[in-house]
Amino acid sequence: MARITRDEVERVARLARLRLTDEERETMTSQLDAILGYIDKLNALDTAGIEPTTTVIPMVSVMREDVVRPSLSQEEALANAPDREDVFFRVPRIIED
Amino acid sequence: MELTRLTIHELRDLIRKGEVSPVDVTTAYLDRIGHLDRRIQAYTTVTAETALAEAERCTQALRRREPMGPLAGIPLAVKDVICTRGIRTTCSSKILAGFIPPYDATAMVRLREAGALLLGKTNMDEFAMGSSTENSAFRPTRNPWDMDCVPGGSSGGSAAAVAADLCAGALGTDTGGSVRQPGGFCGIAALKPTYGRVSRFGLVAFASSLDQIGPMTKDVRDAAILLGVIAGHDPLDSTSADLPIPDYEAVLTGDIRGLRIGIPAEYFVPGMDRDVEAAVREALRILEGLGAIPVEISLPHTDYAIAVYYLVATAEASSNLGRYDGVKYGHRTAQSAHLIDMYMKSRQEGFGPEVKRRIMLGTYALSAGYYDAYYLKALKVRTLIRNDFSTAFQRCDAILTPTSPTPAFRLGERTDDPLQMYLSDIFTISVNLAGIPAISVNCGFTPGGLPIGLQLMGKPFDEATILKLADAYEQATPHHRRRPDL
Repeated sequence: MARITRDEVERVARLARLRLTDEERETMTSQLDAILGYIDKLNALDTAGIEPTTTVIPMVSVMREDVVRPSLSQEEALANAPDREDVFFRVPRIIED
Repeated sequence: MELTRLTIHELRDLIRKGEVSPVDVTTAYLDRIGHLDRRIQAYTTVTAETALAEAERCTQALRRREPMGPLAGIPLAVKDVICTRGIRTTCSSKILAGFIPPYDATAMVRLREAGALLLGKTNMDEFAMGSSTENSAFRPTRNPWDMDCVPGGSSGGSAAAVAADLCAGALGTDTGGSVRQPGGFCGIAALKPTYGRVSRFGLVAFASSLDQIGPMTKDVRDAAILLGVIAGHDPLDSTSADLPIPDYEAVLTGDIRGLRIGIPAEYFVPGMDRDVEAAVREALRILEGLGAIPVEISLPHTDYAIAVYYLVATAEASSNLGRYDGVKYGHRTAQSAHLIDMYMKSRQEGFGPEVKRRIMLGTYALSAGYYDAYYLKALKVRTLIRNDFSTAFQRCDAILTPTSPTPAFRLGERTDDPLQMYLSDIFTISVNLAGIPAISVNCGFTPGGLPIGLQLMGKPFDEATILKLADAYEQATPHHRRRPDL
């Protein structure tokens, strides 16, 4: 299996919304490479015809009545806001010029 | 009589008889925390004022002979990954350093309804990612049995608090062994329930198909008591099982005759730590003496469990931790040019190295081009691991193993090599992948005085059998009565 390159580390970091320092990118590349090398052992196993396990519980699509219930108040929801204006969470510009 | 040395069930009896008041107990614990926690660092937040106020209210209610819950006046500690309304909940991460949840986790609600008091929140590896509590963004916690050693992780703070008599009992969480491994390193009882047995509502998510809240206590009876309080269906958690909860205390009869105990060959390999092997084999002899029957079994895919875990858990974590973006709560970077820049800087500044490593690994495993080869492959091997257990449980009622390959290691010993740290979870991790329950109890000490953990794994939703076995073993041995010299 292909091991990870610095370019791929940069691509994955962008997907994960992480801005790594140069030093972190170096360390991360070699550490992830070692871990992926270890994980390679899974290829020794024949899993043809084996169903993947995504959940260990028997329930599927647990539903409830679509009825409004008490929830967080607006003030409670805004209480931890790093930046708020009136009843809004304020963030930097989303759309660039 | 040293109040802080007592178990939950001993305190319960004294409080019910009016011989001890909740204020006495709480004051005793807060005093002890004041003296010792500077060195041990088990707590992230100590809620002294509210604990005493609650203790006072409880004492008055008892005097008025009001009906009391099963944990009335019992002071507990809760791992800082579990939301507590109005009380700082940090997950030992800078990204949540100032976060104050507006609601209680269901497990917390149930503890309160049972009358329990909260002493504070305990230290952990950041976002529950780690096996030593050294990944806490704030400080490491020390093992009360040897202050140069780790308490284990990620529930190291809870484990140390229980072992050092800094609380009557605690809650931890377990995704790959994070209740049992520190439980083993600190010589206490520590149970991971079946996945779905305890509600995850209000448990800050790490890996949604693996996480469970579990009791960490001074003995097995206490674990049974706490489990009975927190377990059960929760409409707020669609992964919680709608099954009846047995009376876990009532099953602790001491009679384990005829119970078959599976001994998996893969957990007893040449070259294993001699102290660990000796202690665990001695425990098996004691269980046999009490009437249990050993059965040789095999769990052939044991060796692949860590590889599977570090794909499945990291993939789930990369998704769950996507919510930390600085928008609605948590750390936000001071200056940013636009929204994406804000996300990247806030997460860069807020997350520690292990968290970043796991997010990266998980994102990679799920990304286009790699999903089939890594994540999907891991899910298929997970099925093979689950099948190992189903097959084994046809021939036994519980499975016995060491909790960890070694006793507690020294602080700083494994921090340079992430893979070395991951390998210390080899005996606990399969349990989470299969979704089954397991408990760790103290089965002795090394010549150097470090506890050795014995693990019993059970069938899905059969916590009763492993509690019964663990209790019978524990009551036949003196280990659970020892306390570290502090």
